[in-house]
Amino acid sequence: MTMANEAPPRWDRRMQQRLAHGEAAALGELYDRFASLVHGLAHRVLGDEDGADRVTRDVFGHLWEHPEEYDPKDGPLRSWLASLTHRQAVTRLRLAASEGESHDESEGRTGSRELEERVRAASAAARADYIVSSMPAPLREALDLAYFHRLDCARAAASLGVTEDETRRRLRLGLQLLSTAHQGPRRSARAMAPPGAHAGSRR
Amino acid sequence: MSPAIPGPRPAAEDGLSWPVSHKLLKSLLGAWALAACSAEETAAVEAHLTDCADCADEALRLRDAVALLHPEDSLDLNPALRPRVLAHCLARRPAKVPVPAWAVPYEAETARLDALLRDIDTADWQAPVRLAWFDGRRPATRDATVATVIGHLTAVDGLVAEALGLSVPLSRDPAATARAEAPDEGGRPAAEVRREWREQGRALVRTASFADDRVAQLPVDYGRFSLPLSDAFLDRAFECWVHAEDIAGAVDYPYGPPAPSHLNHLIDLAVRLLPRAIDRRRRAGLAPPPHALRSAASPGRSLHLEIEGRGGGHWYIALDSPMATGAREAEVAHVALESVEFCRLAAGRIPPQEAAAGQDGDQEAIRDVLFAAASLSRL
Repeated sequence: MTMANEAPPRWDRRMQQRLAHGEAAALGELYDRFASLVHGLAHRVLGDEDGADRVTRDVFGHLWEHPEEYDPKDGPLRSWLASLTHRQAVTRLRLAASEGESHDESEGRTGSRELEERVRAASAAARADYIVSSMPAPLREALDLAYFHRLDCARAAASLGVTEDETRRRLRLGLQLLSTAHQGPRRSARAMAPPGAHAGSRR
Repeated sequence: MSPAIPGPRPAAEDGLSWPVSHKLLKSLLGAWALAACSAEETAAVEAHLTDCADCADEALRLRDAVALLHPEDSLDLNPALRPRVLAHCLARRPAKVPVPAWAVPYEAETARLDALLRDIDTADWQAPVRLAWFDGRRPATRDATVATVIGHLTAVDGLVAEALGLSVPLSRDPAATARAEAPDEGGRPAAEVRREWREQGRALVRTASFADDRVAQLPVDYGRFSLPLSDAFLDRAFECWVHAEDIAGAVDYPYGPPAPSHLNHLIDLAVRLLPRAIDRRRRAGLAPPPHALRSAASPGRSLHLEIEGRGGGHWYIALDSPMATGAREAEVAHVALESVEFCRLAAGRIPPQEAAAGQDGDQEAIRDVLFAAASLSRL
């Protein structure tokens, strides 16, 4: 479990260069750092292992084949990969649903409503991931301790080396940021919209 | 958690001062949504929420936000996915700087062990690990921990790093540490032990990738013997896998064998080392003398080793001289073993007397080979 799995921008830049050079060892390192993120996100959207495996393969295949598409100036590689994963997983989900529809016309309508609901939930989750990965480290660490390590405020404060008041402030602020993920891309577009929310503007 | 709303009480240093202000209660909402409040605070917040629409609204929003938190990594990533994804990528765009074939098993095995280390708890690093080997006469064991096993891998990998001219991350002499009976990790943090091992391993793969082809022959000095770099990489992959199994067993984690093509390379290395191992046992008086001394080029008596299962194959082992080459025509005995069983034998995890081998032919030759295989194990 690592919410604070932060790679410095220098690492991202180096990795991009090594991939562009066609260095196979770099591909292995890339996989080791991000495979569980990519697979986890894809699995959350698709809900099945085979689909998540396929998306993982396609996402790494895409970056390996087109390393120039990632520009470190645009932000962390992890966010870029998360957004690519989200897009590919949603595409696959829609594809699977449309194939299902052609088999069974009568259920097409409810199926597509459910599908949109799943896509919406997946998008909120992707925005949340993006927000968590780009929020200030002190906020993320506080959330990490309180949620994943189940520490109460007093113990989280001790672990962070700050007062309980400051810990409470961080937890509230962190959750406030995170809650913007539930709003559509437009309202959260200020600074923290995931690249996937306006993928068109990237091209 | 007490459902009762506590009565007024005097201000305490780390408790709430009563009566509690709206402002203070509002500041607690994040902690409340994460269930990180004390029982007393929780009760106060919940009482307040029934009266204050503003706070109730925010409380709901923050609690919904908590539902968006989740561990970002899927912990049960199938280890078989990695080679499939890498192969898919390399088929779409061949590497300009490939990892040399002899370094690929090392790259894959270190990645597999690293995934295991990432999943275990910090406390597991002190889990006792029983290391086993065959000392030439009988099985031997030593107790270690996950941390010291990784430290040991780092130290011996350091010999390869030295041969490649890399600066060795350890402040001590790696050769000395590799030889030491009990490499002491001095209680260093698990994350540091892991990072040091991993970074050195990556540097090895990377350096091997960029070096020219002749680097495969570069001798790596192990102290008692040396191996060409390409074999040293296979040896390190082999030991990484064997120790990963030791660790996995100690922390009760499932761990499978390497990919069949990698397993085949590892078996091949062990088999190629056997004639020398037989010779060493003879010099040490642990095995009967060779039957006939022949010229270096002639095929001596040979043992047909048949390795069954994934990664298996057929090998002919020269019995009478490390310089001779084994040959089918000179077969005096036949041994059949399952691939993983053979590797466990060569790793000293199975004593030679207990190896479940199908055997046929010269019993002395079979005994020499099985004991020599077990003697390949070392810490």
